[in-house]
Amino acid sequence: MSIVQAALKKAIALAPDSWIPGGSPDPLIRERHGHVGQPVSRIDGPLKVAGKARFAAEFPIEGLTYAALHYSSVAKGRIVEIRTSEAEQAPGVVLVMTHRNAPSLAKAPAFGTNPKAAGGDDLAIMQDDRIHWNGQAVALVLAETQEQADHAQSLIRVDYEVDAASTSFEQAIADGTEPGQFMGEPLKLRIGDADALFATAPAKVDATYRTPGHNHNPIELHAATLAWSGDELRVHDASQAVTHAAWTLSQIFGIKEEQVHVTSPFVGGGFGSKTLWHHQILGAAAARLAKRPVRIVLSREGVFRTVGGRAPTEQRVALGARRDGTFDAIIHTGVTAMTPHNAMTEPFIIATRSLYAAKSFRLEVDTVKLNTVANTFMRAPGEAVGTFALESAIDELAAEIGMDPIELRIRNEPERDPTQGLPFSQRGIVAAWRAGAERFEWYKRQQRPRSVRDGDWLVGLGCATATYPYYRMPGGAARITVTRDGRAIVAVAAHEMGMGTATAQTQVIADRLGLSMDQVKFHYGDTSLPGIVLAGGSQQTASVGAGVVAAHRALVAEMLKLAGNDSPLAGLHPSEVGGFDGGLCALDDHDRRESYASILARAQRTEISVEAEASMPLEMQHWSMHSHAAMFCEARVNEVTGEVRISRFLGSFDCGRILNPKTAASQFRGGIIMGLGLALMEETQLDERTGRIMNPSLAEYHVPVHLDVPAIDVIWTDEADPRTPMGARGVGEIGITGVGAAVANAVFNATGKRVRDLPITLDKLL
Amino acid sequence: MTPFLYEKVSERGDALSLGTHPGAAYLGGGTNLVDLMREAIARPTLLVDVTGLSCKIEEDEKGGLRIGAGVKNTAVATDRRVRARFPLLAQAILAGASAQIRNMATVGGNVLQRTRCAYFYDDEAHCNKRSPGSGCDAIGGFNRNHAILGASPACAATHPSDMCVALAALDATVSIDGPRGSRDLPLTDFHRLPGDAPEIDTELRSGELITSIVLPSNGFSKRSSYRKVRDRSSYAFALVSVAAALELDGGRIKNVRLALGGVAHKPWRAHVAEAALAGRPATEAFFAEAAEAELRDAKGLRDNTFKIKLAKRVIVDSLVKLSNAKDAPR
Ligand SMILES: Cc1cc2nc3c(=O)[nH]c(=O)nc-3n(C[C@H](O)[C@H](O)[C@H](O)COP(=O)(O)OP(=O)(O)OC[C@H]3O[C@@H](n4cnc5c(N)ncnc54)[C@H](O)[C@@H]3O)c2cc1C
Repeated sequence: MSIVQAALKKAIALAPDSWIPGGSPDPLIRERHGHVGQPVSRIDGPLKVAGKARFAAEFPIEGLTYAALHYSSVAKGRIVEIRTSEAEQAPGVVLVMTHRNAPSLAKAPAFGTNPKAAGGDDLAIMQDDRIHWNGQAVALVLAETQEQADHAQSLIRVDYEVDAASTSFEQAIADGTEPGQFMGEPLKLRIGDADALFATAPAKVDATYRTPGHNHNPIELHAATLAWSGDELRVHDASQAVTHAAWTLSQIFGIKEEQVHVTSPFVGGGFGSKTLWHHQILGAAAARLAKRPVRIVLSREGVFRTVGGRAPTEQRVALGARRDGTFDAIIHTGVTAMTPHNAMTEPFIIATRSLYAAKSFRLEVDTVKLNTVANTFMRAPGEAVGTFALESAIDELAAEIGMDPIELRIRNEPERDPTQGLPFSQRGIVAAWRAGAERFEWYKRQQRPRSVRDGDWLVGLGCATATYPYYRMPGGAARITVTRDGRAIVAVAAHEMGMGTATAQTQVIADRLGLSMDQVKFHYGDTSLPGIVLAGGSQQTASVGAGVVAAHRALVAEMLKLAGNDSPLAGLHPSEVGGFDGGLCALDDHDRRESYASILARAQRTEISVEAEASMPLEMQHWSMHSHAAMFCEARVNEVTGEVRISRFLGSFDCGRILNPKTAASQFRGGIIMGLGLALMEETQLDERTGRIMNPSLAEYHVPVHLDVPAIDVIWTDEADPRTPMGARGVGEIGITGVGAAVANAVFNATGKRVRDLPITLDKLL
Repeated sequence: MTPFLYEKVSERGDALSLGTHPGAAYLGGGTNLVDLMREAIARPTLLVDVTGLSCKIEEDEKGGLRIGAGVKNTAVATDRRVRARFPLLAQAILAGASAQIRNMATVGGNVLQRTRCAYFYDDEAHCNKRSPGSGCDAIGGFNRNHAILGASPACAATHPSDMCVALAALDATVSIDGPRGSRDLPLTDFHRLPGDAPEIDTELRSGELITSIVLPSNGFSKRSSYRKVRDRSSYAFALVSVAAALELDGGRIKNVRLALGGVAHKPWRAHVAEAALAGRPATEAFFAEAAEAELRDAKGLRDNTFKIKLAKRVIVDSLVKLSNAKDAPR
């Protein structure tokens, strides 16, 4: 951090609350109009059930061609010869694109290098003969049908000159590590002398935990339909970052940002993977070369080869405590993998920075580079695997000193952020623990492992803390249009990946404007709309919320001007006015009001439209803002076979105000299911001899099936965070955190065996 | 996918004459063959759809069953006679794949499904089964699903079928018809060990068609079980599976059948264990001794050594449960 940045950070921390967004709480926290908090069903549900929601690969365009990719089979080296003539002559083939004939492309600006960069890596593929990873696209076939393209692709033959590659995580660690960075900040933190305090602590644990690589497997395959007209590029994408994708494509093709129009009305799951990878870039390049529109849909194998996933980690957690459980030292260090062509470090220490009080801390992430597809964000990057290590270690310490693991956690509950010193905006983890423990009947747990048996099955209970930060990125904006018939359209370049954004935002907007849900339309998923809104970091709800807050303020001010002196609202300051019952009213006197229709009619306007940018997200540096959950798991381990089955699971959440219990519960449950996969089965099998992923299919890359998932109970505190828009914090990612440890701790309680190496497969318990 | 011709036949004779064409392959439900074609691992130029042939389950006078090769896996598993007389077979089929796949898959296709070895599936890898003589990447690579019994330096792939493990235990016979006439083979002799020709999975000769599977009647219907151990609760291939059947005479073993899945290039009939148990008291100690004997020659690779212990445990556990079962188990 530069001196200027450091000084600014300090100034924001010390500023009076009232200068900071959230300093005076969003009126919508207090004002209850009846939509927010209701379990409203998804407004796009009927469209989806009827098959009428159009996804990226479903946009019809005249003269469409279909793309198939041919992937390299070596991790590093160069192409000596690429034989494409057989493919070129195959039926229906329009063209074969390789490095010999691809249009010139600039390097993809990689995520994090610019506020609008969306590239998974910073490479320009097919610009030369170099190979950077096993699975890199080396040729693209365009044909009249998908089947013809797939077949022609299989006829391509490539000879490589192979260079030595780094494809073993273990070997790379032995060869030496480098310090890691996350979003421009070093992943390193020291407070006090943790090593000295650890050495003399009367109670301690010191263990190494390992998590494997994971691949993204959203149901909807990564896909785009692309068309050029002149220098204008139109992309129907499956995207969680439309504005970012458009800007990045404009940089690659050397055109203006406005010349790229990206739409993405529906996305079938993203989890951090639906950004910009080489398939969209190569698809656009091929469309330019062929002068025809292109549809590119990655096969499931193609997703494994083209789209990165979660990097492997090796983490040490050492906890030094007093006999009563008070932490003196927290050491959380380790190594993760990245690639020479990206800047994403899996930041597994983030949760450890704010979860527990301790006298001293030493936190550090180091990295090694592997020649693989670039690793990337995957649901709760950092926390998902970091909490596995930390929360397992805490369970180990609890067992060591004979203390209940929940009490041990509560014993170390901090009063302020333990490493930044900031006050918490709102923190209800203790309440979540108490409510969860009661509901799960935690008191029934036997402290001694191997105490409960049901036939062949050993039964154990385990728990862990889940956590995820509140984020809000700069760039939020919104446009609100109110028409004379009293309806509103709110437009933001946001995304609906199936989590219910459109539904929850419609509820919020209806309440903010004082309208019914059917009087509100939420437009999103299109770069022609305002805002730079990433559907990532669980921040979209806050980002859109803050944009709408700003636009709403502007709308109220404009409306008051239009209303003039003849209105019951005359004389009120915009901050004293809110939306109510189809119009505006004084916040402290709902009888002073006038409807939108009446204001617009009197002013002889058919509509009013305002656009505004959200405030800078300074609240994140003024308060320590985090969501939490207490995760409870009952695991059964078969004594004969080592098979693990999860028979009960409860997540007790503290995530601020829950805007829609139905969609939020689905996010929580979905996160927990993904966490069960992380705990028990997900693992990318990277063959270290070749750097090739050997399980690129859903038959071999295991995610939980229905039978692996018990009924999952979720509850929440529903306590508003006074510092966030609507009092809400994100609910998308937290569900996966803590689950790995809750499962491992339950398995320990069942069997007395501590598995520190994910996934917990049966061979580790035999 | 390489372009191909498709012909659906309704007479066995037509199937056999088309089946001798170079590049011809019989097509059952296509759940395995079509996948392999998509991956360009199988490249037939003529598909002869035989799902219209041999679609019946018939019984013989002694209570045995003849199951046509074209009968769907689901139809076998839900057949009342199968469930009553050969519950082991129904259990094994239901432990495999998914309901959707079982609805499509045929008995003939199930017997002839190919290995799930990842290196066999990746045409960039070395695989003696896919391209003979190219080497085996699995032996030094990912081999969690691979063989611990009967493997060779050329190949350690496993046969993935659950159904066939039950058939091996139940003394099933495969009925075959072909250009040079019809013949019968015991299922346990139908699949081969890899040796130095792992590209040949079975004894079926070119152009030959499986017409049916014959199950002789037996006295096991009261005490039999199929136990499949896998990496998730459903929709995963067996790491180890055990088909076990017992007939007791007082406390002694009158008759026993044991077969293992997920451990070898073929459904592994545990002859050694069976011989060790015949006539012995049905006690855990004898079961353990028999399991030990069966797996004496087992060899683990990098990722699958645990299967040796696992197989022994599941054998013993299955037999203990069957011998303790009062009447009909489960
Ligand atoms: C994701 C997935 C998971 C699976 N999991 C399991 C599992 O857990 N356990 C399990 O046992 N199986 C599993 N299977 C495999 C499944 O059981 C087989 O794919 C199925 O039984 C094959 O039957 P089919 O009729 O579709 O065969 P096809 O694919 O049609 O044919 C397979 C082979 O048999 C040949 N053939 C078909 N009929 C005849 C005949 N009458 N005579 C001669 N040759 C013939 C074909 O030429 C081809 O070579 C799984 C499959 C998939 C895709």
